[in-house]
Amino acid sequence: MAWLYNGGMNMSATLIQAPRAASIDLQSAVECALAAAKRLGSSGAVAGVSRTSGYELTVRMGELETIEHQNGGGLSVTVYMGSRMGASSTSDFNESAIEDTVRAAVTIAKYTAEDPCNGLPPKERLVQDAPDLELNRPWDLDRDTALEMALECELSARGSDSRIVNSEGATLSTSARHSVFGNSDGLMITGQKSRHSLSCAVVGQTDSGMQTDYWYSVARDPQALESPQVVGSMASRRTLRRLDARKIKTCSVPVMFEAPIAGSLLRIFVSAISGGALYRKASFLLDSLGKPVFPQNTRIHEQPHLKRGIASAVCDAEGVATESRDIIGDGILQNYVLDSYSARKLGLETTGNAGGVFNLTIDPGTRDFDGMLKLMDTGLLVTQTMGFGVNQVTGDYSQGACGFWVENGEIQYPVEEVTIAGNLRDMFLSLAEIGNDVDFRTGVRTGSILLSNMAVAGQ
Amino acid sequence: MNSHIEIARKTLLEPAEVGNRELDRLLGKMAGKQIDHADVYFQYARSESWALEEGIVKSGAYMIDKGVGLRAISGERTGFAFSDDLSLDALTQAADSARGIAQGSGSGIAELVGQRETDVPALYSGEDPLLSLTEADKIALLERVEQEARQQDPRVKEVMVNLAAEHDVVMVVRHDGAICADIRPLIRLNVTVVAEQNGRREKGSYGGGSRQSYDYLAQEGRALGYAREAVRQALVNLESIDGPAGTMTVVLGPGWPGILLHEAIGHGLEGDFNRKGTSAFSGRIGDQVASNLCTIVDDGTILNRRGSLSIDDEGTQSQNTVLIENGILKGYMQDLTNARLMGHEPTGNGRRESYAHLPMPRMTNTYMLPGHSEHEEIIESVDKGLYAVQFGGGQVDITSGNFVFSATEAYLIENGKVTNPVKGATLIGNGPDVLTRVSMVGNNLQLDSGVGTCGKDGQSVPVGVGQPTLRLDGITVGGVVV
Repeated sequence: MAWLYNGGMNMSATLIQAPRAASIDLQSAVECALAAAKRLGSSGAVAGVSRTSGYELTVRMGELETIEHQNGGGLSVTVYMGSRMGASSTSDFNESAIEDTVRAAVTIAKYTAEDPCNGLPPKERLVQDAPDLELNRPWDLDRDTALEMALECELSARGSDSRIVNSEGATLSTSARHSVFGNSDGLMITGQKSRHSLSCAVVGQTDSGMQTDYWYSVARDPQALESPQVVGSMASRRTLRRLDARKIKTCSVPVMFEAPIAGSLLRIFVSAISGGALYRKASFLLDSLGKPVFPQNTRIHEQPHLKRGIASAVCDAEGVATESRDIIGDGILQNYVLDSYSARKLGLETTGNAGGVFNLTIDPGTRDFDGMLKLMDTGLLVTQTMGFGVNQVTGDYSQGACGFWVENGEIQYPVEEVTIAGNLRDMFLSLAEIGNDVDFRTGVRTGSILLSNMAVAGQ
Repeated sequence: MNSHIEIARKTLLEPAEVGNRELDRLLGKMAGKQIDHADVYFQYARSESWALEEGIVKSGAYMIDKGVGLRAISGERTGFAFSDDLSLDALTQAADSARGIAQGSGSGIAELVGQRETDVPALYSGEDPLLSLTEADKIALLERVEQEARQQDPRVKEVMVNLAAEHDVVMVVRHDGAICADIRPLIRLNVTVVAEQNGRREKGSYGGGSRQSYDYLAQEGRALGYAREAVRQALVNLESIDGPAGTMTVVLGPGWPGILLHEAIGHGLEGDFNRKGTSAFSGRIGDQVASNLCTIVDDGTILNRRGSLSIDDEGTQSQNTVLIENGILKGYMQDLTNARLMGHEPTGNGRRESYAHLPMPRMTNTYMLPGHSEHEEIIESVDKGLYAVQFGGGQVDITSGNFVFSATEAYLIENGKVTNPVKGATLIGNGPDVLTRVSMVGNNLQLDSGVGTCGKDGQSVPVGVGQPTLRLDGITVGGVVV
């Protein structure tokens, strides 16, 4: 899948870093940056450093294709000169480069405007006793074993059916990220996180053309990864079921988002109740606090302290302690998603969400995937969406989709080249049911989501 | 005037005390039996961004990204390592890691053949755009753009302006002795406004950029023009009604709607997917894949364009590659590896986001050549359909060929006339099919204003698109009115 976009979005590289080990190095870098900021006259400063090391190995058609050794780092600094702010970052770590980087931020802060909402988060909200969330479970995986696992994974996918004719390969990736973060209010925290993943994508073909699909498993703990056979056979199954897809007639029907993509709806919800969108009045959920946004009985909450959770953290990107909390309770919007700047803009307090939400969870219902299809009876099961057709200001939603036509609660045939459209305010309120087929692989935990009605454009 | 290579040596190699001898030794370590290709990519990129909202410049950021990527290729295998440390020790260690890939699959015998510096004509100035305005003037520019947007209409409630520049010095040293360098400036300015009327709020957004200094934005009133255009779009959208759902005739305006070409055929014609046989266009060279009105090129050689490159990230001079000529599929876009494996010539499309990423075939500026129809004639030919002029972004599934692009400004066409504006909608089609439905091509080729960013396998690179006005006989439009 590839995309083109005209926004300023910089999907910047996840820089992965050197095995230059020792936290003391990183901590000295942070201390050095904070000291430089103070020397250069800042009234407050934040510095963060991280390094990741690891490798990623890809096999394709039964052969090793690439090994990428991941190795790099980054230091970022924000300084406050009174109520002015400047930021800078560098991949260079030596002392003089750090000094130059801080100086660049200070220079910028001389030109930006006074903004009384700028500043560090309230001291009393900073993280203190950090519980061990078991996020660092390194994997001492030698290359030969990694190669075997990737080969086995791809073989499970390719060998399963003669209609699987080609492959995008299988990739095994393992890395560990070490970070230190501090500010001029005395905060200094270190974190270590490991991340391991196995993924596979294959290509199926019939007379009507080719289709591809994939599966992946990701975990902090290598023990929790799905086996190569499971990942491979899921990739194969998901590809095969898409073969011979057709278009359907334009219609207005119930639409069910399969669990792996249902999280996209909740991510839109989160960005619409995020501080930045609210104070800019660029959200379709303005002034929704205390009002119904989802149907009664819907609960959406954050669980930042889940052990080994993929989006677990003791604090947010500003060092504010994270807490379990309800965002939607009984369908009503209870809380926004704020960092300290947007909180001050709105006259509220930070919710500890600088950098996003932590294990956002929508409480599942009692039905499994098949039960959800039965409940839908007739409609479109969507397994993939494409496009940039989400307007956060108005809530208008229009995306490309593929999936399956469902009748009498049973999948009939695969569908492609259709769009689904509606307004997100109506879509959220029309949420009919959430499945218990929860996908735990991302920071948004949800089962399949059934919406009672959307416009589907086809032939 | 210093050559690019001299500047690159001064910027990248001298501070790390790496000279010709060290480079030789490094490549000697990576080259050899079973290695078909080895290269080292040095990069030093400085960039900045400034953001204005609520009438003030609230934030600015400055970034330095420096590092080196080393690659060894053996047959279809690639070993890759990168480092943000340019010291010889770090380079040697990375070379060992990259070299580790070769275990008997390659047929090549990459040997060092002495060093050969190649300077190709630059398509843009090596000037550092970050230094082309004082900080105070950058602030003043942002404020002036904001005022221009606000003074257009009292319904304008929020104005956000972003200014960004980058100065990227890269150097490629290859096992075959080639040493090339490029110095790439890049700037852009974006304006987003929110307008409000009777409680309804709508957004408009526009911007532009180039591989030049910030002066480009002041010339021909460009920056202020972006502000007026963003306001115009927001005001149009305040009047928009729900759009139609279903398959219909669509007229695409000139310029940025060329995103159609990028998604529908561009990615599908990249060499890697075709070598692997995973593209909907695999094995189809010589086939009719578009109406005979369509001739489409990928042209990296246009002076100062966002998508242009003097050399690509493997040191190949960029070129103008014909992809489709009068509807017939002519060729693919190639990097060195895929060209070698397919027995094709490289086309200067080997690109990477940075030293920390592997190069692969990517587009530069992809556009359709003009036809003979007048724009008005195309609109008048449609009884009932949609006229789409601005888009957010697009996306493609290369294997099935299904692609989307999302309109942010569109109108109904009724009896040959453009009538009501309709809400934004995503359009969906199939790559090998959609261009066979092109029934009219305008004589008004336009390139986009310099805003495209293309993502593939997690790597972003700047690109351009363009096209004349096009009539498509039947594409699915994702409105809500069923």
